[in-house]
Parts: sequence; C-alpha cells; structure tokens
Amino acid sequence: MSVAIRPGEPSWADVNRDVIRTVGMPGNTYFSWMCLVGLILGCGVAAWAWQIWTGIGAAGKRTPQMWAMYITTFVFWIGIGHAGTLISAILYLFRAKWRTSIYRAAEAMTVFAVMTAGLFPLIHAGRMWFAYWLMPYPNQRYLWPNFKSPLVWDVFAISTYLTISVVFFIVGLVPDVAALRDNATGFKKKIYAVIALGWEGSDSQWRHYRRAYGLLAALATPLVLSVHSVVSFDFAMALVPGWHSTLFAPFFVDGAIFSGFAMVLILMLPMRYIFNWYAYITDRHLDAMAKLILLTSLILTYFYICEVFTAWYSGDHFERASVFAKATKQYAWAYWGMYFCNSISPLVFFWRRIRLNTVWLFVISVLVLIGMWLERFNIIVPGLGFDFYPYTWGTYYPTVTDSTIIAGSFAWFFLLFLGFIRVLPSLSIVEVKETLPHPLKHAHEGHH
Amino acid sequence: MATASVLGVFAHVDTTLEAIRRLRARGFVDFSVYTPVPVEEIEEEIESVRPLSAVRLFTLMGALTGTATGFFLTIWSSLKWELVTGGKAPVSFPPFVIIAFELTILFGGLATLVAMLLLGRLPKTKPSPTYDPRFTLDRFGIAVDCPPETAEQVRALLTTAGAEEVRR
Repeated sequence: MSVAIRPGEPSWADVNRDVIRTVGMPGNTYFSWMCLVGLILGCGVAAWAWQIWTGIGAAGKRTPQMWAMYITTFVFWIGIGHAGTLISAILYLFRAKWRTSIYRAAEAMTVFAVMTAGLFPLIHAGRMWFAYWLMPYPNQRYLWPNFKSPLVWDVFAISTYLTISVVFFIVGLVPDVAALRDNATGFKKKIYAVIALGWEGSDSQWRHYRRAYGLLAALATPLVLSVHSVVSFDFAMALVPGWHSTLFAPFFVDGAIFSGFAMVLILMLPMRYIFNWYAYITDRHLDAMAKLILLTSLILTYFYICEVFTAWYSGDHFERASVFAKATKQYAWAYWGMYFCNSISPLVFFWRRIRLNTVWLFVISVLVLIGMWLERFNIIVPGLGFDFYPYTWGTYYPTVTDSTIIAGSFAWFFLLFLGFIRVLPSLSIVEVKETLPHPLKHAHEGHH
Repeated sequence: MATASVLGVFAHVDTTLEAIRRLRARGFVDFSVYTPVPVEEIEEEIESVRPLSAVRLFTLMGALTGTATGFFLTIWSSLKWELVTGGKAPVSFPPFVIIAFELTILFGGLATLVAMLLLGRLPKTKPSPTYDPRFTLDRFGIAVDCPPETAEQVRALLTTAGAEEVRR
C-alpha cells in the first residue's frame, strides 16, 4: 500500500481519486452557469453579426479613436495569458514546486485567453474574412505582407504563442489523460484513449517526454516575454505621444503577468472550494500568488512613475500635454481608477493575513483586472484622443454593439474554461504526485 | 527466437530500483520500466547505460530551420517589390529579426513535439501486453523480455527484489 507518509498529506491514489472525481457529469448549478454564459455569448455573437451587417461604425469607432475598445480588450486578453506560461514554463525551469497544483488550470487559462484575444483583431478588422491577407502565402501578384509593420509582427507572435501554448498544454495532458482512461469505461474510455495517445508511462516514453517537456518550457520562456513586447510595439513604434516609448516592452510584460495572476486567483479560488482541493491548493499557494501580484504591482507603479517623469523631463510639449489631458480631461476617471486599482489596492498584500484571506484575494484580483483593462484603455483611447493637433481631438463613446461584443468575449472565455474543468483534469495528476513523497519500503534509504 | 515476458508489479520506488539493479547484474538488459510519474533515481539508473534522448537534436534543427525560414521569407519577399517603407531600405534586418525569432520558436516547438511522438513511438494504437492500468495510479512495473528457459529465474529475481505480484 502506498500511504501518506506525513499525516494529512494525500497519497498517490488520493491524487488520482481527487482529480478523477472532478471530471464527469456535473450538477444543475454548473449547467445554470453554462446557460448564463452561453446566453451572454449568444448576445455577443448577435452583436458581431449586427456589426458585420451595418458596418464598423456600429462599434462607435470614428476618428481619432479608431482602435477604441476592441484593441483595449485584445491587449487585455493577451496579457491574461501570460501568467499561465509564466507558471507552466518559467517556474518549471526554476523548479518552483508550488506551481504544480496550479499550473494546469493556468495553462488552460492561457490557451483560452489567447483564443479570446485572437478574436479581437478579426472583429476589429470588420471584414474578417480577409484576415488571411496578413499571412504570407504565395499568390499570383507576388504580394507579401509588409514585414516592417508591427501589425504583421503581431500576427506572427500571437499565432506562434497560440500554437506553442496549445502544444505545451496537450503534451502536459497526455500522462494525466492516460490516468483518466485507465479509470473510465465505455465510450469515455475510448475518447480518453485517443487523447492519451496510448500513453503507458514506460521508461522509453518518459525519457523522450521529459526531454521534450523541458525544451518546450525553454522555448516558451523567451516566447512569452517576446509576445507582449511585440504587442507593445504596436504602440511604441507609432509616433503618438504617450506611445512612442522604449519603456513599453517591459511595462507591458509586467502588466500582463500582474493581470494574469489576478485571473489565476479568480479561477482557482472557486475551484478550490467547489472541488474541495484544500489539500492541493494550500495557503502557501495563495500566499505565493499574492506576493507575485504585489511584486508585479510595485514594478508597474515604478513604470507609471517613469512614464510621467519622462513625459515631464523630455521637455516635449506633446508628451506633457498628453499626460496632462489624460489626468484632467474627460478620461480622468479611467486614469485615476487605474492608479487606484493597480498601484494602491494591491498594497494590502503587504499584510500576510490579507494574503491568506480568500475574500480579500478575490476582491483585489477583480480590482486588478479592472485596473489593467483601464490601463490599456488609457493608452489607446485618450492616447489617440489627444494627439498633436487640438482640432483632431475627440471623445469616444462606447456603443451597445461593442460593449456587448466585449461582454461576449468574457462569456466565450468562461464557457471554454467551464467546459475544460469537467472534461479534462484541471489539476496535474503527474506533477502533483511528483512533489509528494514517493512510496518507499525502507524509508531510511529514501529522499525527501 | 521465442521470448517470454515476465512482469513484476512493485509498490515502492526502492524495491523497483533494486530489481532493476539485480536484473542488470544478471545480464538482463531487455526490459521496460513503467512508472506513474518520472522518478529521478529510476531514470538515472536506466539512463546510465544509454545515450541521451535525441529530442534536443530535433529541437535544434527545427529552430535553425525556423530562423532560416524567417530571414529567407522576409528578405526574399522584400526583394520581390523593392519598396521603401517607413524610410527604411527594402531589406532592413531589425524588423526581420522579430519574424525570424518567432519562427525559430514555432518551428523549434513543433519539431520538439514531432520528436517526442516519433522517438517515444506515440501514438500507440495497441496497448502493450504487459501494461497494467495501475501503472498510472501508484504501482511500478518491470516487464522483462527473456528467453523462455530463463523466465523462471527472472520471476524469482523479481519476487526476491520485492515485487508484490509477478506474472507471465
């Protein structure tokens, strides 16, 4: 018998049991949530159809704010994905063991967040059936994308990120789904058998698997840092005041990780409660995540200060005017709201008791998400709204169409995530077992 | 030559390791070890006699192909239409580095996946006859392929090493 070596610690068989019980026929509450989410998504799809039918003006986009809320939300969702890759790749390379019980859900979050983000350039482009023009493909007229355009870099960065995240996610799932397969019967067993690729856990399989996993982590690490840098180049390469800054790449990457961790907490706290995973997601995990949020918040605050300082110190009239207008004109609420949510509210995590309090964690995480959305809004909407020439200044008003589409994007994300947690193991069976004490007959010979 | 398969099921890491060492000492080399999770001690023991996994070569080749493709695509296509955009020469390296970088990661990652599947012989359509579903739960297995006349010897060896179950 493999039994728990330290009291209160789950045994290997417990891990299988605790994960397998989360997969299967859910109850009514789950379906009610699915219906709600499905309804919002339906509204979003209808709004998109309306926008295609009537034209992109339905989204309230007019000069000067042609990027408005779609690109704001696009950057927001790309950012959410980053924490998942940080947990699954970077913390893997650093051998941070606390990552094991949160990484699977975080990685799923990454895949779904990038899938959500990827919708926005299509929605924003209006005639999304021409989106393939951005891809390099041989054609009669030898027309190729302009590889000097940051928007084309974006296409390459985001599609690479999505592909590698999906590969990483699926590779990680293989041995876990094999465990599910060995426990299932009938039709379910067949489906899991296909996803598990016939995994048996033999030494010849593990040998290549482990190597491949480490290399994928090593490839994903520079990738994740590059993706948000490239997204930031969409702005930084332009001459718009407040955008044209070398600060943008690290500023965006840090903000992405900050918001991503908030989303991980928003997803993990209810999961821990509903699935009764207190043995796996312990106070230590919450504490670590809250500390990371605090750290990234402090770094972000530093960037905010730098941004204002460089605008002032540059002596550039337009840079100064842009910051002044953001802070005092019609978008001041977004500007100061951003400071409150991103720089002030996470400071409560300096207190350990608050880091361990699930209600506080949840509330602060929601504030962080709001704050990070506002940050991108502040860059894009007031940024474009107050450029060089007062005659072209303008105010953007959201419409029902674009707001509904954005609500729909959240529904799309949660629909995917809710589907995932009932179909696939949202806690990594193998990695959690690895960190538990290994079963030994003669304990004195052992490690751990 | 006909071979027999003997499977020993173990509950512990140390007994599994002991059985592997004893098998080696008796000259049995044709066996596979099933583990629910990768165990470093067992890996070290097995890997000590064989070369490193070749996955990394695939990754390297894939990544280099990606870099080359990225530069080739951008330079070649810019030369098709020698347009000056943004005041930069048609072939300007700094922006092309980004495309080359992304394709390095993309091709490298996909090559790694292919390597894992090819070298690990996945997907496996038929389960091995020696596989047991407990190997994804909490049991370790050693399946030894040996000439039928030595099967009894292997069975005894696995049992004394601490197998909780031995079968042919």
